[in-house]
Amino acid sequence: MNIIVCIKQVPDTTEIKIDPVKNTLIREGVPSIMNPDDKGGLELALQMKDKYGANVTVITMGPPQADLILREAFAMGVDRAILLSDRKFAGADTLATSYALAGAIKTLDYDLIIAGRQAIDGDTAQVGPEMAEHLGLPQVSYVIDAERKENGNFIVKKENEDSVQTLEVEGKCVLTVLASAFEARYMTVAGIVDAYNKEVEVWGADKLDVDENKLGLKGSPTKVWQSFPKQLKAPGEVFEVSEEEAVEIIVKKLKEKHLI
Amino acid sequence: MDFSYSKTEELFLQMIRSFAENEVKPLAAEVDETERFPMETVKKMAKLGLMGIPVPRQYGGAGGSVQMYIMAVEELSRVCATTGVILSAHTSLCMAPILENGTEEQKMKYLPKLASGEWIGAFGLTEPNAGTDAAMQQTMAVDAGDKYILNGSKIFITNAAYADVFIVMAMTDKSKGTKGISAFIVEKGFKGFSIGKKELKMGIRGSATCELIFENCEVPKENLLGPLGKGFNIAMKTLDGGRIGIASQALGIAQGAMDETVKYTKERKQFGKAIAQFQNTQFQMADLKTKVEAARLLVRSAAWKKDKGLPYSADAAMAKLFAAETAMEVTTKAVQFHGGYGYTREYPVERMMRDAKITEIYEGTSEVQRMVIAGHLFK
Repeated sequence: MNIIVCIKQVPDTTEIKIDPVKNTLIREGVPSIMNPDDKGGLELALQMKDKYGANVTVITMGPPQADLILREAFAMGVDRAILLSDRKFAGADTLATSYALAGAIKTLDYDLIIAGRQAIDGDTAQVGPEMAEHLGLPQVSYVIDAERKENGNFIVKKENEDSVQTLEVEGKCVLTVLASAFEARYMTVAGIVDAYNKEVEVWGADKLDVDENKLGLKGSPTKVWQSFPKQLKAPGEVFEVSEEEAVEIIVKKLKEKHLI
Repeated sequence: MDFSYSKTEELFLQMIRSFAENEVKPLAAEVDETERFPMETVKKMAKLGLMGIPVPRQYGGAGGSVQMYIMAVEELSRVCATTGVILSAHTSLCMAPILENGTEEQKMKYLPKLASGEWIGAFGLTEPNAGTDAAMQQTMAVDAGDKYILNGSKIFITNAAYADVFIVMAMTDKSKGTKGISAFIVEKGFKGFSIGKKELKMGIRGSATCELIFENCEVPKENLLGPLGKGFNIAMKTLDGGRIGIASQALGIAQGAMDETVKYTKERKQFGKAIAQFQNTQFQMADLKTKVEAARLLVRSAAWKKDKGLPYSADAAMAKLFAAETAMEVTTKAVQFHGGYGYTREYPVERMMRDAKITEIYEGTSEVQRMVIAGHLFK
């Protein structure tokens, strides 16, 4: 089985601080990490590799620095890593990004495509589903479990707001995965030692099966009109608890929102 | 000159920090309180290849560097010094002498199981009457044809209760003094070998420190490590390497206490402001931070020399001396900065202070380090 996992390098938003004067994000010195939902997706792929035997390829689109998360993926156990890096990809919105990723995937052999539900920097949750549309494949989002049947179909559990659905998907498909369902493994020491001896394939636009006019800024219908800090209007939740419990609740809530 | 971490080391740091924070830190207080050997952590470390970091691939190790190994000891010790010393004794004191002195058969027999973490390693040199004066070995090994018969005892042996393989020094020819000491690889199940009483310690309370007892213990001839009569040399060289590990442990403890103190002094308010805002706090912390960074450079430089195959005996002694004394100073002051709270077990700094003390004592006291350094200086 060949599995492709799409991953993205994002700023660690738990480390981001806000400039109190300009109300903008302070990005300097903020570490870059593999997007948590994508890491969950990678974990699902590696679990399938352990269970059924599979060849796992990771793809990311980004600047040359994104090499780091591909090395991390090698150290976690993937077999192949591809970095889509080209000035023509710059300024891409989710549509142009998913189009480029689909254009790369079209040139590869695969049985399953996995992506994270959404990235913590943009929070759109659009790239995975759009990629499925570009490739004409069935998709299941918010996946919390997946197994492969002998006939090549997948039994997939997805989380809804108030229920869990189990679906059977015929053949090739795109799954978008929740980090909370797949606790990602650590890199192994041997994997780390080998990570920089492996080749990260760097692909430009010319390697992809795409119409170059649909890449990057040119292929991006989304334009940012205005950015402003969110005004909090909601009344909030009220907990009547002891001091200790209150601290726990507050810390938990802040962590959930990646504020600490 | 390049002081930065390599890309591989950066990746390793990312992994080991996250492992220490998520898997080791949550257990640290309980492991100390109950004096419990954290076997579940050792199993997790084994799975990731942490029990065999600097061992070459052909012997089942991860093929990493000494630098990576000492980074692991530092990061683990930053949150739990017990876990740090378990790894240090296993790697520096058991696997290293086999790797450096073993025959191919010995390496193939012992290293894959040790490096995979299936077996845990330990080292026995110290005796009731042979501490800093290690040449006064009383454990005897008598040639009995196809085997040696060992009689005597060892004390203060790290990992002893859970170890499977021990590097043991014993006297094979008393008339020759240090040249009559030989090294042996002893397995847990050897006839006549047993583990004695467990020490109740001030710090690193989760590491199982016990006595080793040899009563007509039968050790096969092929388990002599290195040439006959070279045991003292092997022990001293092993301790040179071990000191880099203990220096890293001390560095980790110091860094952990710094982290806690920075956090606490920013939160704690007295006289209307955070105590971190007082110049007394700032100046003292600036001095401590400088010492911690100096210790780190000494430790990294000693490990770098070992990786390069350069002589590192004096460097290891300087690293251990300075890092251990820094750890003691930082942790003592960390408790002071925490005030009354620092003296309670609610905060980790009192544990760190108790843990730090041993780094000035084991694998050569600070006095021994000064002897080693002076020995190189005045040779």
